[in-house]
Amino acid sequence: MSAAGTEAPETPEAPLSAPLEVGFDYTRSVGPVLGEFVNALRERRILGVRGSDGRVHVPPVEYDPGTARALTEFVAVADEGTVLSWSWNAEPLDGQPVTRPFAWALIRLDGADTALLHAVDAGSPSAMRTGMRVRARWADEPVGHIRDLVSFVPADASPEPEPAPPSPPVAERGEGEPVSTVITPITLRIQHSASPEESRYLRALAEGRLLGQRCPVCGKVYIPPRGACPVDGVPTEEEVDLPDTGIVTTFCIVNVPFLGQRIKPPYVAAYVLLDGADIAFLHLVLGCAAEEVRMGLRVRAVWRPREEWSTTLENITHFEPTGEPDAPYESFAHHL
Amino acid sequence: MKDVAVVGFAQAPNVRRTHGTTNGVEMLVPVFREVFDRTGLSKQDIGFWCSGSSDYLAGRAFSFVAAVDAIGAFPPIHESHVEMDAAWALYEAWLKIRTGEVDTALVYGFGKSSAGTLRRVLALQLDPYVTAPLWPDSIGIAGLQARLGLEAGLWSEKDMAEVAARSRADAAGNPYAQVREPVEVAELLDAPVVADPLRAHDIAPVTDGAAVVVLASAERARDLVERPAVITGIEHRVDSPALGSRDLTRSPSTEAAARAAGAGEVTVAELHAPFTHQELILREALGLGAGVRINPSGGPLTGNPMFSAGLARIGEAATRILDGTAERVLAHATSGPALQQNLVAVLERD
Amino acid sequence: MAKQLTAVLGTGQTHHRAKRTDVSMPGLIREAVDRALEDAQVDWPDIDAVVLGKAPDMFEGVMMPELFLADALGATGKPLLRVHTAGSVGGSTALVAATLIQAGVHRRVLTVAYEKQSESNAMWALSILPPFQMPVGAGAGGYFAPHVRSYIRRSGAPTHVGAIVAAKDRRNGALNPYAHLRQPDITVESVQASQMLWDPIRYDETCPSSDGACAMVLGDEAAGDAVPGGAAWLHATAMRTEPTTFAGRDQVNPQAGRDAAAALWRDAGITDPMSEVDVAEIYVPFSWFEPMWLENLGFAPEGEGWKVTESGETALGGRLPVNPSGGVLSSNPIGASGMLRFSEAAKQVMGRAGDYQVDGARTALGHAYGGGSQFFAMWLVGADKP
Repeated sequence: MSAAGTEAPETPEAPLSAPLEVGFDYTRSVGPVLGEFVNALRERRILGVRGSDGRVHVPPVEYDPGTARALTEFVAVADEGTVLSWSWNAEPLDGQPVTRPFAWALIRLDGADTALLHAVDAGSPSAMRTGMRVRARWADEPVGHIRDLVSFVPADASPEPEPAPPSPPVAERGEGEPVSTVITPITLRIQHSASPEESRYLRALAEGRLLGQRCPVCGKVYIPPRGACPVDGVPTEEEVDLPDTGIVTTFCIVNVPFLGQRIKPPYVAAYVLLDGADIAFLHLVLGCAAEEVRMGLRVRAVWRPREEWSTTLENITHFEPTGEPDAPYESFAHHL
Repeated sequence: MKDVAVVGFAQAPNVRRTHGTTNGVEMLVPVFREVFDRTGLSKQDIGFWCSGSSDYLAGRAFSFVAAVDAIGAFPPIHESHVEMDAAWALYEAWLKIRTGEVDTALVYGFGKSSAGTLRRVLALQLDPYVTAPLWPDSIGIAGLQARLGLEAGLWSEKDMAEVAARSRADAAGNPYAQVREPVEVAELLDAPVVADPLRAHDIAPVTDGAAVVVLASAERARDLVERPAVITGIEHRVDSPALGSRDLTRSPSTEAAARAAGAGEVTVAELHAPFTHQELILREALGLGAGVRINPSGGPLTGNPMFSAGLARIGEAATRILDGTAERVLAHATSGPALQQNLVAVLERD
Repeated sequence: MAKQLTAVLGTGQTHHRAKRTDVSMPGLIREAVDRALEDAQVDWPDIDAVVLGKAPDMFEGVMMPELFLADALGATGKPLLRVHTAGSVGGSTALVAATLIQAGVHRRVLTVAYEKQSESNAMWALSILPPFQMPVGAGAGGYFAPHVRSYIRRSGAPTHVGAIVAAKDRRNGALNPYAHLRQPDITVESVQASQMLWDPIRYDETCPSSDGACAMVLGDEAAGDAVPGGAAWLHATAMRTEPTTFAGRDQVNPQAGRDAAAALWRDAGITDPMSEVDVAEIYVPFSWFEPMWLENLGFAPEGEGWKVTESGETALGGRLPVNPSGGVLSSNPIGASGMLRFSEAAKQVMGRAGDYQVDGARTALGHAYGGGSQFFAMWLVGADKP
């Protein structure tokens, strides 16, 4: 997973927004029924399963749509079949089977009673018609995945026009073992937006200011400001510049590494309550041994060099002890 | 068991893109205020809260959690959430009032479809082993369904265009609609196909939005509004996910839900059909004759805010009772690929 | 109140493991569902509706998986609901299913919750960092550890109390054939010697990451009356929510949990939970949450939950056995963890808890929480009708 930099807003006051890419290679254990199916694909064979009503389902279903019974009777079907319906995809999306315009089709393979949804690489919509015959185009090296079926092509088509895409990643398994897990990469791009209130705070951060806002109903000072005060359900309004000093209310020491982590452990993740704020936020405390961090510890922000500032709390690399006496517990107990 | 009525409805403007966050707060704060103003209720009066939204639409786990900030949820509230269109959240709230445990409920749905590529995101609703890895997009799947009916002679491209033209004409009178330019059928049919056999007008727009419906027990409702819209039937059913083994030209789950809900004769129906041909399937499944006014709001073809569009259908239908222009109306919501899951509600004047 | 009497007719769960690579998601779910149907002695035509719960869709990379699972859930042609209330979801899913019976809409409802964490990585999914944010988050442990520290400071609890909970729950888990972690030889000392992960939380004080599912069949009074040996009857249910953060929020003893518990005891007619409840299955993903929730639930005065734990009263044979099944510390299929608490409570009052049966259990609590300790769901079940 990764997040790219910010986009220039249309006007200075438009809320900030930036792309967020969320991606993971999902590992899907397939179990006995789908396992039989994907392992057959590896041998360029297509299997269906017989349903409670006698229909042969391709792709196989684990449980019958009518009776919910577990299905186990496999039936081999052809890798050729008939198009029952189709639609034209003029602008293929990331991850789809064919990169040039293609047809989605419901294809009833010979020997099957239900239709498989897959791509037909026919070049143009004029080459498509319901009832047409299509055959599977197999991957050069099938790995035991639905994408071993690269696409379907018209049965009378001449040899494949474009090179087959690379096979999906393969899960580790023992020598000679059947495929029991398939890997499906899923990557989404999302445009993340900050709220108008948070955007004002982020822009202030880019100027080295810590900007809070007060709720017009309860009078509490929130940093970051909120699109809705969580108690009153109205946006925070009156702006309050806050100092970069405060106290640690509570904290933990993170010793555990994990996927996607951006800070090397061990580190102290602390709730820092700025002087004049009514709510703490999470940040790092460095500048002393982790075991010396205490509840009530007085801290001050350590800023990055001014030329590195942008619209993020990361302008503050961490907080460090000021050396002042600790705040008494009673003074912050209601912030825990 | 207690009868339940709709007493208020509000919605955010249906727009292609908002500047707001994916947690919906900016859209929800004003619509909550509006629905409270309209019903005279305040948040302290609400016995149960229920919402519908999707993490995948927001691209974040637990995206619904921050939405409760819009409520101002302290002191704590009695609250639940479905990862479905908020029409199903309304169903859950309806149950709560039926039990007598509470006598008011506020239901909301929200979604910022513009944050991602909607038709690609929706591919993740498909079977994750043998279908979703191909990333079949929602428009491609709808096209397969449309062609099946076209070639079976169940509907024509003209029938589809008429649905679009009627929707747009009605939306011209709806200030919340996203697509509001009236257009002639002939003009629509002259446009090129964009996802053969679908034309642009066959496909609901990508919409950011939010909607709120307030429910009350029938007794309480009479104190709140002049003409509560009493829910006399509400049912939902789901069809098999195996697209290739379903008859996609029919909607058995809608038929079954309508039968169970006692759909019968209505004068107005708000149908949640994100594609023109799906409205034709639904009309058949619901047995709606030519005399029934379909989607006077303009419907989803003129604004389709994911996860609140189904709830908005119930709100729009109820509004016909609340404003005294209808006596018995039907609302429908859908979820999943190719009309897989469907909810039918019947509302009547008290 | 017009509520219909509602009963648990039967329960089922999977063998929970770090990676159930032998099954697909439908297969995992059916392992629990088939056991629940058998336990309840019902078949598919008896089921009127299905309610599914799970935690974030991103854990498995399937958007609204109930849609693709409809056939496996036996839901095709029936009503199907999908609940998501963060970590409390297993509990709130059961409560939605119960409402279907209480409202008189259905006679028998199947409710299911699952998580197949091995499809991805929950730490990853929970720590996805949106733009502009500070990358300090460290999964659920990193979130809860500071609040555990606050509890210790506020209550003055000795630091070994967490280890007492961990050793007890893991030993209990060894009695449960379905538990993920089964550690009969674990001791307070060995827990204290395990690695400090999110100080003050040690490795052995954290829940595992599990694949698993849980299912229950709920029914109306007539269905409950027909259960051989007796059904588990719902005496009261409660759900409460508050925001994740707000100025002055009590994150150690959240008001939403206190309010939910107060409503639960009131509706069940219970005035002294400690003496009137026989056994509790409480959502304890990190050991210290046992004393914290004992206080939040009203089993102990504020600041004194740790004394109940330290005295051994929450062990099997104690005054209030807590998590005799081994709890979340022994098995954590996130979305299902709450439903496991609810179903284990039901099993106790049905006398079906096997080697970890609490003798004479007549009244049992099932509890779940989620998000930043902000979503609470609970039910109280009894061997007798309310």
